[in-house]
Amino acid sequence: MAKTSTEKAATASAPEYPLTKMAIVAPIVGWLIPGAGHLIQKRYVRGILLMVSVVAMFLIGLGMNGRVYGPNGGDILEMLGFVGDLGSGALYFLVRIMGWGQAAAAHATADYGKTFVIVAGLLNFIAAADAHHIALGKKP
Amino acid sequence: MTFTLSHFSAAVLFALFASVVFGITQRNTTMEQIRYGLYCFGLFVGGVFAAGWVMWLLRR
Repeated sequence: MAKTSTEKAATASAPEYPLTKMAIVAPIVGWLIPGAGHLIQKRYVRGILLMVSVVAMFLIGLGMNGRVYGPNGGDILEMLGFVGDLGSGALYFLVRIMGWGQAAAAHATADYGKTFVIVAGLLNFIAAADAHHIALGKKP
Repeated sequence: MTFTLSHFSAAVLFALFASVVFGITQRNTTMEQIRYGLYCFGLFVGGVFAAGWVMWLLRR
């Protein structure tokens, strides 16, 4: 049966993936605590794997004396490093409060460590976006 | 506590963690996620070996 013009207008205006409360909360929780955005949506295996990967990468980076950037580095590359580091959420704030990650890069592994910390944050951004897509219903 | 990793072991750990996240986030079904994660891991580690051989050739 053909749709009336009112039904057609209603169908056209309704978003395909409506924004729910979970779609807002999940990425924020996932950013603050790596993997938690998946855990609160009952994706336990994915959540735990993401948590282990991001946290391990961050901690190994710190263990290699990787530097953690502050917000006011003054240099564009340091600002980009800060954005990457910030992706680790609560881990970043904990490290800044405790004053860790401030050692001078005296050897090559410290440079690898810095990269590990930045990439852990960037991967957590991807994980938070994935939690958002799951909450929207775009992904099973 | 300080870790001292070789370049290779750091690269393999990097590949492992990044592949897990890529696999989970970039594919939908479990099998696709495992396959894509393994594919990414293979590319990362293969890239390390390829770059190593290129550097060896350049050094000669």
